[in-house]
Amino acid sequence: MDQVITILVDGITYASWLFIVALGLTLVFGVMKILNIAHGSFYALGAYAAATFVAWFATLQLAPSLSLVTMFLAAVAVAVLVAPLCERGLLRFFYGRDEVLLVLVTYALFLIMDDLTKLIWGANPYYVSQPYSLFGNVTIGAQSYVGYDFLLVGVAVIVGIAVWWGLKRTRQGKIVLAVIHSEEIASSMGVNVSRVYTLAFGIGIFLAALGGALTAPMISVQPGLSVGVIIISFAVVIIGGLGSIPGAAIGALIVGLARSLAVHTAPVAELFAVYVVMAIVLVFRPEGLFTLTRARKI
Amino acid sequence: MKHHHFQKRQLKRLTVAAVVAALVFVLSAGVQAQETYRIGIVSFLSGQAAESFGIPAVNAAKVIIEAFNKGDAPPPYNKIGFGGMKIEPIYIDENGGATKQIQEFRNLYDREKVDAVVGYTGSGDCLAIAPVAEEMKRFVAFFDCGTQRIFEENKYNYVFRTASHATMDDVALVRYLKARNISVSKMNLINQDYARGHDSRKEFTHAMAQLYPSAKMQADLMPKFGAGQYGTEISSLMSKPADLTYTSLWGGDLQAFILQSSPRGLFKRTQVVISAADHVLPSLGEKMPDGVIIGARGAYGLLSQKSALNDWFWDRYQKAYKAYPVQTPYRIAQALMGVKLAVEKAMTANGGKKPTAEQLSAALTGMEWPSPGGRIRMALADGHQAIQDNAIGSTRYDAAKKMVVLDNIHHFAAECVNPPANMKSEDWVKAGFPGAKCK
Repeated sequence: MDQVITILVDGITYASWLFIVALGLTLVFGVMKILNIAHGSFYALGAYAAATFVAWFATLQLAPSLSLVTMFLAAVAVAVLVAPLCERGLLRFFYGRDEVLLVLVTYALFLIMDDLTKLIWGANPYYVSQPYSLFGNVTIGAQSYVGYDFLLVGVAVIVGIAVWWGLKRTRQGKIVLAVIHSEEIASSMGVNVSRVYTLAFGIGIFLAALGGALTAPMISVQPGLSVGVIIISFAVVIIGGLGSIPGAAIGALIVGLARSLAVHTAPVAELFAVYVVMAIVLVFRPEGLFTLTRARKI
Repeated sequence: MKHHHFQKRQLKRLTVAAVVAALVFVLSAGVQAQETYRIGIVSFLSGQAAESFGIPAVNAAKVIIEAFNKGDAPPPYNKIGFGGMKIEPIYIDENGGATKQIQEFRNLYDREKVDAVVGYTGSGDCLAIAPVAEEMKRFVAFFDCGTQRIFEENKYNYVFRTASHATMDDVALVRYLKARNISVSKMNLINQDYARGHDSRKEFTHAMAQLYPSAKMQADLMPKFGAGQYGTEISSLMSKPADLTYTSLWGGDLQAFILQSSPRGLFKRTQVVISAADHVLPSLGEKMPDGVIIGARGAYGLLSQKSALNDWFWDRYQKAYKAYPVQTPYRIAQALMGVKLAVEKAMTANGGKKPTAEQLSAALTGMEWPSPGGRIRMALADGHQAIQDNAIGSTRYDAAKKMVVLDNIHHFAAECVNPPANMKSEDWVKAGFPGAKCK
């Protein structure tokens, strides 16, 4: 029983982190039809920004719990400063072009941003581990967990509900849904599609940066962060269905639990477990679990 | 009158010829004096291995080459450059995979016209470059990669490795456990799921089977390279109590593992041993738990022994980069020192001319030389593979010094932790280390 609880807890905490990052990826694809390879770079940028903000915050000698606010602000800063620059300054020139071309453009962006982070922050690691100890330890079953891990679960739930509510219950969200449904019709009805794209891209990048910022206290922030996260995020959104928010949540849970089960019972199959699940889903649901099959346009 | 004119013209011609001859002589002497030795240095300047290994190695190469070019390194390295030729380094990024590295290697010789190449940390890169260097008949000295397969599966004339291969790391670690009377009945392992992780796991378990035959393996985890998140793995390690937890994680992965497992109490429940962790000590500082047994893939950094050469190197590196040198700076230093002495030895033999790849290879084969990390001997693979002493110690954060220090350091002679010339590493370990000479 202890092992089952451990597998569930480990799976859910891992899935929470994954969901925050993958949600941004699926949102950008859902609205803009861009498979954003540079998503991992924004994740890394969020981690670096959080490292810088928290280090600066430490010099102010305020209540340590406020460091969480600075991490959030770091993600906001990335979304406000960098996302519009990339979207308005680069991506908009390729709208309407082949999706493959956009993949290549975001790949170029990924390479540029990787070098830029190295130019700005150098190759040495940054540590911001103070927030990691804010919540002490929590004992569940036979395991002692760091309380911070459960903060990620909470943030994932809040972020998921906020994005769902924003899309389904607000006027702006309905405009975004209209653009997702048909850009042309939305545009003919007077929707400023460019603004929707900028907004969606900004939110997507905010989520990537938030994932990076929240991860920063658990790792050493250094070059190479952006690669691993993008691969596993793609697995999540492919399982759940590209562009689907419930899909991202279920996909993250499936990946998290499959990985956790494998590590605890057959560690050699850790990577295999994640991708075999993805393969099985694709065999039966080629467009992912939550994407409706579309009629072919002639 | 005519005769006088003829004499005048002849004198003029002779003068012009003398001036031209003098100019040619001066210019050629100048060219000779300005002859340089171009050396390609390949190391990770980007990617995950850059911070831990690649950039510190390049930093050390810069310090060493500057000292060589000024002629102010201690003897026997005090001749200017390589035998009087100024060294001209060309730095190449090792990131990007083996195929790219093969192209870069060819470019170094064909376009950059280098005289020698020193480099490579990734075992996959070394395995790919070795046959290419041999086919091109061009010299290469691997300074860091660990795989034994390079010389145990092939024979090369132009390929050298100026540091011990990875067998030494795990054999020394297990010998250390025995020497410190650490009892091990159960052990857990966590290694990255790529070549080095698999090799290290195999070597450690083989060595344990010899010195701790009754130790049983519990968890045997292989997270992917660059995983970053280790919560699940830590739960798995915690749920299978063991006396010992071994890992060959390095760089950012090792740092993340330590940061995530330390608050969960893993280091209090089990004796953690890490085959190569010296490079994370300066950056982790007080976050590094006490009592962790670590190696450095040689008697390097905090594990190094005092010598005039080591003091000089440590001092130069620290002044230049405000940090003490860890494993890769030592390894590239010993490579450049070896190549320098080999070039100068070859020049002595060929009348002072820049040596060919054949002459340089012949000079380095079976050579010995002093290095900051101890004596390097090209004793294996017909004189192409080095052996060296190794050392292991345990961590303690020194609050007064504000740094991690190492206690209980044991040094192991090269012949104690490396196989003899006539045996493959795995066979040697499985046979119970025959011929090992330990004090």
